[in-house]
Amino acid sequence: MEAEVEETLKRIQSQKGVQGIIVVNAEGIPIKTTLDNSTTVQYAAQIHQLVLKARSTVRDMDPQNDLTFLRLRCKKNEIMVAPDKEYFLIVIQNPTD
Amino acid sequence: MEIVYVYTKKRSEFGRQCNFSDRPAELHVDILPDPSQMDNYIERNPCDTPTQCAQEMSEHEVNTERFQTETRGINHVEGGWPKDINPQEMEQTIRYRKKVEKDENYINTVLQLGSLMEHCIKQNTAIDIYQQYFEEEEASEVAEEQPSAKTINVFRDPNEIKRTATGLSWHPDGAKKLAVAYSSLEFQRATKDMSFDSYIWDIENPDKPEMTLKPVSLLVCLEYNPKDSHVLIGGCYNGQIAYWDTRKGSQPVEMSTVEHSHRDPVYKVIWLQSKTGTDYFSASTDGHVLWWDIRKMSEPTERLILDPSRKGNLDNALGAISLEFETTMPTKFMVGTEQGQVVSCNRKAKTPAEKIVCTYSGHHGPIYALQRNPFFPKNFLTVADWTARIWSEEIKESSIMWTKYHMTYLTDGCWSPVRPAVFFTTRMDGTLDVWDLLFKQNDPTLSLKVCDESLYSLRVQDNGRFLACGSQLGTTTLLEISPGLCTLQRNEKALATAMFERETKREKILEARHREMRLKERSRSEQSKEEEAKDVDTEESSEDLVARAEKEFFEVVEFELKKREREEEKSQSKADSEKEVSEEKEAQDLS
Repeated sequence: MEAEVEETLKRIQSQKGVQGIIVVNAEGIPIKTTLDNSTTVQYAAQIHQLVLKARSTVRDMDPQNDLTFLRLRCKKNEIMVAPDKEYFLIVIQNPTD
Repeated sequence: MEIVYVYTKKRSEFGRQCNFSDRPAELHVDILPDPSQMDNYIERNPCDTPTQCAQEMSEHEVNTERFQTETRGINHVEGGWPKDINPQEMEQTIRYRKKVEKDENYINTVLQLGSLMEHCIKQNTAIDIYQQYFEEEEASEVAEEQPSAKTINVFRDPNEIKRTATGLSWHPDGAKKLAVAYSSLEFQRATKDMSFDSYIWDIENPDKPEMTLKPVSLLVCLEYNPKDSHVLIGGCYNGQIAYWDTRKGSQPVEMSTVEHSHRDPVYKVIWLQSKTGTDYFSASTDGHVLWWDIRKMSEPTERLILDPSRKGNLDNALGAISLEFETTMPTKFMVGTEQGQVVSCNRKAKTPAEKIVCTYSGHHGPIYALQRNPFFPKNFLTVADWTARIWSEEIKESSIMWTKYHMTYLTDGCWSPVRPAVFFTTRMDGTLDVWDLLFKQNDPTLSLKVCDESLYSLRVQDNGRFLACGSQLGTTTLLEISPGLCTLQRNEKALATAMFERETKREKILEARHREMRLKERSRSEQSKEEEAKDVDTEESSEDLVARAEKEFFEVVEFELKKREREEEKSQSKADSEKEVSEEKEAQDLS
């Protein structure tokens, strides 16, 4: 089963333009990462806060609603976050490459 | 009609307590209505009285106190780890991570999120929805915006007694700091309480200066060393020059000795281009230009007396108020004098007499600013009296281009470092003018009133975008210029070259013609000297001329007077005829 996880992450990493993957738990601790430590820590802290805020925004507007995916299109790349109750999967991709 | 009631009290009864008693009302005066008074008045009907039924409001002014802002950043440090795990220890963290990876919940979650994520990633790679379409067309659409300038920050002199900001210098790296020299240039206006400090400001923090410089006398000018951004030199009001190292504090590291320094305030110091980066030269109204080395401030390395007759005579010397030095031409430099002349000098001349190469005159007052055009070093800008003039080195008789005479003095000016045809000037009425010679030559392209008091100094930052100007009350304003004025236009260099060449040629032709005319007159006057009879005639004819001129003048005056009388008569008769017409009309109405 763990091998499947590895395989999934490898598949994602091999996609065109993917710069890095981070798996963060609910407390903001990066569990798995393909980037260097300082970058990982920064992304984990910032995106954790952002996802919590986004989720609370969506649920405030409509309690039945929930956040399923978050895409942050930036000048240099795109940050995609797939949130779950306990973990987030963060991927940074530069699709024009 | 006076209504008087008299009551008396015995002296012995003064001071006694009051015994109040009650008594009925007494009629003292009864004034009956008098109908005959009505004849003195006329009834006015109707009466106009204004009333207003509005809410009463009061006006109140409130000014909030200066809001002090601070910029801070947050440094993220790893955290969130459970209490028993030390985040610094690699073993513990790795063990924790491995444990989480084995968790079933984790596995399921990641698989599920992974598939969701893959979908999105593939979407991205399929089509780039953020692609820029029609990119080429955007480039031609350079908006024709109005030139403008915006005030970004205002730095005020923190002392109670305000001094004029006479010198400005941008920090050489990145220009995040501005050094401002404060002094009082009015004769004997510096009081005992006036603080001597000058400040270095961080441009983002206008509340208090970043650093204070404490000289022994007011600083008239200040310059950062372009090679070493920690070193500054300042010229003082008493003629000495001091140098500071910002790493070493507010006191000057060294000062030049009083005996060898200038005798008048040092108006300008400029760093020289040298291997050691420690040479500079200074100018003052005592007629000297001195060269110094920072390492040995006890004595200047070289001296030059600005004597236009080239004899080194101090009594003849012109007082220097501005200096110009361009690093691309290290052997030449120019000095602007109080008398309105620009003296061009050669540093490498052997004898002092050869040092002064030539002079350019044309201004009526002290030349406050002198700068070569950074793109065309042969042309330089001078700002003095009421005009700003542009000169070409080759034409010594007059400037090739000049602005009109303004209503107030011009106090400082400089070229834009990024656009060859743009320069800035400041005026005594607090206005900053931006001139773009390729756009309009008669008037400034942009004229901004920066403050109510006069502006004394001006400096453009090297990127051409920011401008600092200092005023009489020590207020330095930082302005940002609109991008149109600080980006090089398409064929600007070619156009500016053509313009300068054209003007230079015109002046050359005029100069040649003048020379010819002068030669002709000289030969003519030589001829006439031989014929003495003509001398007497010329005297008489001059008297005749005077008499003739007087006669003509009085004729013209009389003519004007007569004309005016005629016009008055005409208008009088017109008024009379109108009056008659209106009287007739009235007569008709009445009848």
